[in-house]
Formats: sequence, C-alpha cells, structure tokens
Amino acid sequence: MSFFAITRATLCKDIRLEWRSKDAINAMLFFALLVVVIFSFAFDPTAEESRRIAGGLVWVAFLFAAVVALNQTWARELRNQVLDAYRVSPAPANPLFLAKAFGNFIFVSVLEALMTPLFIAFYKLRALGSAWELVPIALLGTWALVVNGTFFAAISLRTRSREIMLPLLLFPFSIPALLGMVNATTAVLTGEESAKFWIALLLAYDVVFTTACLLFFELVLEAE
Amino acid sequence: MKRGFPILAVITALLLSFALYEALIAAPTEQTMGNVQRIFYYHVPSAWTAFVLFLINFVSSIVYLIRRNAKADILAYVSAEVGVVFCTVVIVTGPIWARPVWGIWWAPGDIRLTTTLVLWLIYISYLMVRRLSTGGKTPVIAAVVAIFGALDVPLVYFSIWFFRTQHPSPVIGGGGSLDPRMARVLLINWAAFLCLAWLLSWTRYELEIAQGKVEEALALESLMEGSR
Repeated sequence: MSFFAITRATLCKDIRLEWRSKDAINAMLFFALLVVVIFSFAFDPTAEESRRIAGGLVWVAFLFAAVVALNQTWARELRNQVLDAYRVSPAPANPLFLAKAFGNFIFVSVLEALMTPLFIAFYKLRALGSAWELVPIALLGTWALVVNGTFFAAISLRTRSREIMLPLLLFPFSIPALLGMVNATTAVLTGEESAKFWIALLLAYDVVFTTACLLFFELVLEAE
Repeated sequence: MKRGFPILAVITALLLSFALYEALIAAPTEQTMGNVQRIFYYHVPSAWTAFVLFLINFVSSIVYLIRRNAKADILAYVSAEVGVVFCTVVIVTGPIWARPVWGIWWAPGDIRLTTTLVLWLIYISYLMVRRLSTGGKTPVIAAVVAIFGALDVPLVYFSIWFFRTQHPSPVIGGGGSLDPRMARVLLINWAAFLCLAWLLSWTRYELEIAQGKVEEALALESLMEGSR
C-alpha cells in the first residue's frame, strides 16, 4: 500500500471508531465546558478586561481538553496488540503517525468549533482586530498542539503512569507554541498590535516539529 | 574510581574556596548596586556551566542515536541531571538579585529569564521521562526527547526576542563593560564551578555504571535460579 493509502485507512478507522464510541470527544467537550464554567465563576471580567485575558483562557482550556484526546490516541491500539501487529507489518511508521495526528487534529478542531461560541457568550467577546486572522491562528495552533501531543503520547506509552507523563512532556515543550497562540489571539481581540509575528512563529514551530516528529517517530515506535 | 578523581576533588575544593574569597572579599564593591552585585559571581558562572552541560547532553544524545553507545547515554543522563542543578542555582539566585535591584522578583517576558526557565522545565521533563520510562528503550526515548528540547530552545528565544529585554546584556562579548578585576573573579568562579560540575558528573557517571553492573548481576542471578 502506498503512504497515502495507509494514512487514509488508519485515519478512516480512527474516525469511524470515534464516531461509534464518541469516547474522546465527549470527554473533551465536557472537560472544556467545565473549564469555561469554572473560569467564569473565578473571574467576572468587563468586556475590555476579557479581551485581554480570553486568549490565555481559551488556549489553556483547549490544551487541557486536548490532552484527554491525545491520551486515548495510542491507548486504543494497545488493546488486542494492534500496535505490535503494526510494528511487525511491513508498513512504514510515518503514515501511522500522520493519520493519528490528523485524527487528533480533527477531534480538537471540532471541540474548538463547538466551544468558541460558548466562550464568546460567557466572556462577551468581540474582536477589535481583523477576526479572520483567528482562523489561521486556530489551525496552526491546533496542529502545534496535536503534532507534538501525538508524538509524546507515543513516548509516554513506554513509561509507567503514562496518563501523567503526557502533560508533563507536552506542556514544557509547547511553551513557544502557546506563547504564539495566546499572544496572537490577544492581538486580534484587542486590535492593538499585529498578529503577524506570532502567526509566523506558530508556522515556524509547526514546520520544525512536524519534521522532527516524522524523522524520529519510527525510532520511538520501534523502541522495544 | 580512577586515580584522577581525588586530584580533581582537591583542585575543586581549593578553587571553590579561593573563588569564594575572591567573590566576597577581594572583588571591588559595585558602585550603584552595592554588595548585592556579588551574586553575579555565582549566578553567571552557574548559567554558563548549566549551558555547557546541556550542550553536552545534546551532543551525547545525538552520538547515542548514531552509535548506540551506552556510555554516551549515561553521559547524556548525568549532564542533564547536573545541568538542572546548576540551572536551579541560576533561577534561585536571579530573583534574589533582582528584588533589590529591579524592585521585582521576576520579569515575565524577559528573554533570558524566560529562556532559562523553559530550559529548566524541559530538562526536568527529560529527567522525568528517564525516571518513569520502563525497560531497555529508555535511552532511545530520552535521546529523542533531548533533541526535541534542543529544537525548542531557539524557538523560545526567538519568540521572546520580540519583547524588550530587562536583563543586563551579556558582560562578555555583549558590548557591556566590566571592570577587569570583576572579570577576573568571574572567570575564577567559572573555573571553580566547571570543576565542581565535572566532579559531580563524574561521580554520577561512575555511580550509573556501577548501578548498571549491579542490575546486570542481579538479572543474571535470577536467570540462573530460574534455570536450576
């Protein structure tokens, strides 16, 4: 099978599994909803204040929720030794990684699309800058979280207490991406400065870490 | 332990006491900051030492991935561990100096502060992976995480480069002017800290090797028991 065919087959399988069980997406949605509600109890900002803090709140909520989906990525393949079967099959490792990363990208994007209206309602948000810039920020930011998240989830499979290991690895490594997402979102919401620099930073982060993940994924998968 | 070890230990002890004297008594008092400035002789050499150790960690991780040499892996491990210790010294001494001089403990968004903090977090995360990972695949995973960490640091630096920095510019090669007597004390301290780092890493290295041998012997023993 070609690279593309393997990616597509794995991706379709994951989406179908998720569509039938809805394990990850339900857990993520409820988790993100809780974060929004709890934050809204903790602060009661005016419209002006919430423009300044919303960028941080939104991305922290998405980051925490994404960990829920990311932890399930590979755990699912451990049952019935699916991952071992994949390892002995002649299929290359990278299509598997890409399929998993795309799958997580879709799940987290769905979550973001559903949660954004809630954030707008709870925090009385209205962008003063050019709102369309939020689209590339969301796409690049989500990819930055899931590409490293998928990779680190594969690493944390090899550790004890793997559910704890993933955030411990992912959060420190995501700091530049988080800086980019939060500052870009705040720049758009307040309309005070340009978000261009931060979008470029996110793009650089995505390119660097996608390349690194594809280079090293086989090593991590085969590490036995 | 090799014969060089006690010699290095004695040299380190002498250098450290000499450096202590130089930093606290012999070095001239800074005009505006006063005695608080003497933290500089601990802060900056610790930072340089930590960066050297993290560089060693990065290089030996690459060497491990290419050559699969167990010694390179142990070197990567101990240099990260000792590096985190020195980086902790940097992060603790920095605010102690900053509070009287800047009036604040921490300047969020400052390029050197944040980069050092992220570096510290990343290497702690590296050590956690090593501690928690199971079985013989630890070295490979650790080496990959180390390389990811090294890729992350320039991105952090670049992302904060955008902000105006509050940290004093580098004293050597950064256009700042430093009293030659102060520079001398700084270099003596750095030499002492490098020796200390070398000594600590060496001890940890030998300990790891010994630990490996013990584990091997125990595994062999239980194998023999099982076959009997």
